[in-house]
Amino acid sequence: MLEIKNLHVSVEGQNILRGVNLTVSPGEVHAIMGPNGSGKSTLAQVMAGKDEYEVTEGQIFYKGEDLAEAAPEERAREGLFLAFQYPVEIPGVSNVYFLKAALNAIRKHRGQEEMDAMDFLTYVRDKMKIVKMDETLLNRPVNEGFSGGEKKRNEIFHMAVLDPTLAVLDETDSGLDIDALKIVADGVNSLRSEKRAFVVITHYQRLLNYIVPDFVHVLVDGKIVRSGGKELAHELEEKGYAWLEEGRAAGASAATV
Amino acid sequence: MSAAIAASATESPARATVQDVYRLGFEGVVRRREGREPRSLTALRAQAFERFSHIGFPGKRDEEWRFTDISPIARSGFRLGAETPSVSAEAIEKYRYSGTHELVFINGRFSAEHSQIEALPEGVVVGSLADALANTPERLEGHLARHAKFEIHPFVALNTALFEDGALIRVPKGVIVDRPINIIHVGRPEGEAFACFPRHMLIAEESSQVTVVEQYGSVGEGAYLTCPVIEVSTEDNAVIDHYKLQRESTDAFHVSTFQLHQLRDSNFSSHSISWGGGLVRNDVNAILAGEGCESTLNGLYMVEGSQLVDNHMRVEHKAAHCDSHELFKGILEGRARAVFNGRIYVHKGAQKTDAKQTNRNLLLSPTALCNSHPQLEIFADDVKCTHGSTVGQLDETAVFYLRSRGIGEEAAKSLLTYAFAADIVGRIKVPEVRRDLEEFLFRRLPRGEVVRQAV
Ligand SMILES: Nc1ncnc2c1ncn2[C@@H]1O[C@H](COP(=O)(O)OP(=O)(O)OP(=O)(O)O)[C@@H](O)[C@H]1O
Ligand SMILES: [Mg+2]
Repeated sequence: MLEIKNLHVSVEGQNILRGVNLTVSPGEVHAIMGPNGSGKSTLAQVMAGKDEYEVTEGQIFYKGEDLAEAAPEERAREGLFLAFQYPVEIPGVSNVYFLKAALNAIRKHRGQEEMDAMDFLTYVRDKMKIVKMDETLLNRPVNEGFSGGEKKRNEIFHMAVLDPTLAVLDETDSGLDIDALKIVADGVNSLRSEKRAFVVITHYQRLLNYIVPDFVHVLVDGKIVRSGGKELAHELEEKGYAWLEEGRAAGASAATV
Repeated sequence: MSAAIAASATESPARATVQDVYRLGFEGVVRRREGREPRSLTALRAQAFERFSHIGFPGKRDEEWRFTDISPIARSGFRLGAETPSVSAEAIEKYRYSGTHELVFINGRFSAEHSQIEALPEGVVVGSLADALANTPERLEGHLARHAKFEIHPFVALNTALFEDGALIRVPKGVIVDRPINIIHVGRPEGEAFACFPRHMLIAEESSQVTVVEQYGSVGEGAYLTCPVIEVSTEDNAVIDHYKLQRESTDAFHVSTFQLHQLRDSNFSSHSISWGGGLVRNDVNAILAGEGCESTLNGLYMVEGSQLVDNHMRVEHKAAHCDSHELFKGILEGRARAVFNGRIYVHKGAQKTDAKQTNRNLLLSPTALCNSHPQLEIFADDVKCTHGSTVGQLDETAVFYLRSRGIGEEAAKSLLTYAFAADIVGRIKVPEVRRDLEEFLFRRLPRGEVVRQAV
């Protein structure tokens, strides 16, 4: 479903990603962990098509297609979803009507009929239960005045409504109390299916107790330095990133000797 | 009809000749109005015209007109005083709102045919100013030209000298007018460019309440000048909710003066929406003369192509404990230009003044331009005055966020543009005015149908 090959990305002349490889198949959950500034969000945003980031080398294939020329909305309509690390406040645009416009844009692309207001409301109410969203957040402007936790939950709610094939969650767990974390994790788990895949970016191993990944990758300094099963997360928890960073530095110096 | 004066720029390029056009226009008005208005007004017209002859049109060196070049107006020998052309009922239809009293004016003159005034509470006057001047001039004594000073403002001088008609709204003490009063002014260009000078008066007496919509539209294409003056008296404890919609064709020039006078505990609120006109200048002068007044002066302009819109605000706090709030938002495309000049003047005795002024501009093209100038002059020491002005583009992160949910780029930008304007839209209390503005935005914004769905 997703194949990232030797991806190099730079922003404002600075190399952020330096050869990322990642393969995700339907039904899988991949966790990407890594220290601050290692490039996790950059990877997520590049997948979603942010054009500020320049792909200098490598490719991203999604459903077998090279995404290089695809606009963000085209990716979204093809079922790629990114839950933002920092969801954006959009005053003046109602959360629910905006979602309706977004869903209808996606449905249109898929050759499905647009949903009318009544059907949409029934559909949305159902999805709200998944993240135990308060009805008042539906009618408020997108993310405006939402608490940190509400914003994250709203991202999962958007995901549930838009029904993606591949969902990338960028630190959707960060800053959440344990109740909110469980709600987010339950939301994701309830959407897990053999047709859908997840890339879950996180800082903290804690989330992975609730969303159990099939694979864990560690991104350090723009490169995946280690991949493994869910036990890798526990190992990281114990030893910290320094363990891998040191190993890499040692490896690098060894190579230059 | 005999008084129709014509002169075109090609026949009379010299400035003196243009002045002559106005003089002949002035003489025509005096002749036509003779015996139908008090002598004192005729004398006032003469003074105003003398004043205009003396100061002439403002040039670019004039501080108040630095960014707005009105030479296309000054150069034109507009036709003055021509007979009013007819306008079909259909052409007026789009300005009508159900459940309102409607006063229709064509080229500065009242149209009884198109106006519709429903039953009014006792003592309320809603009608033509010219009629009132002819029939009950004593009732207007001391009111006309009381607040709008022509000494310094050439367009106020011209209006005072040349006006033929306008709306007169007077709400007696304690009376509440439920239905909004919709003043519809349409310019109907036919052949040569013309100028008209509507003069509106609105008087809300003690503890009265009224909602007034002031619209300017065009029927057909072609250049002309609308130069309205509206004088508003908000007496003790009165409440006025006012809306202005400037929606003329881009061939039109519009130079208006809004003169507001507020007495003790009065509450005045205005939303000035401007999307039409090629060259638009709005002077808003508010005088908060009694203690405990509240004044809200908000606005939204959306211009494109080579349109220019200039909002010149002057809020004078003369008494203590008054609040004024100004929020003006602008959306600029193409090579459009906007000027915002916001002067707040706090007099010496006006302690506990709370004055807030904000001007925000959204530039949608690299060639659009905005000049925003707050000017605070404060002579009292216990006041709160804030101002802020911003000029910016759409937030790229927000555009990306919306696109990442499947919304197309154009639609995403339109949504954010709409969102920028949304707080002004949301503050409009008359549903039909709000709908009118929304419909305009949906029409104007690319992929407006998506915006319509998403807000
Ligand atoms: N738009 C940008 N302009 C300049 N530098 C950027 C930009 N975006 C990211 N960077 C830089 O790229 C590096 C990686 O940033 P990124 O946000 O991808 O890291 P991250 O792994 O998501 O970090 P965190 O854990 O803090 O979320 C950082 O050094 C950051 O400063
Ligand atoms: Mg990040």
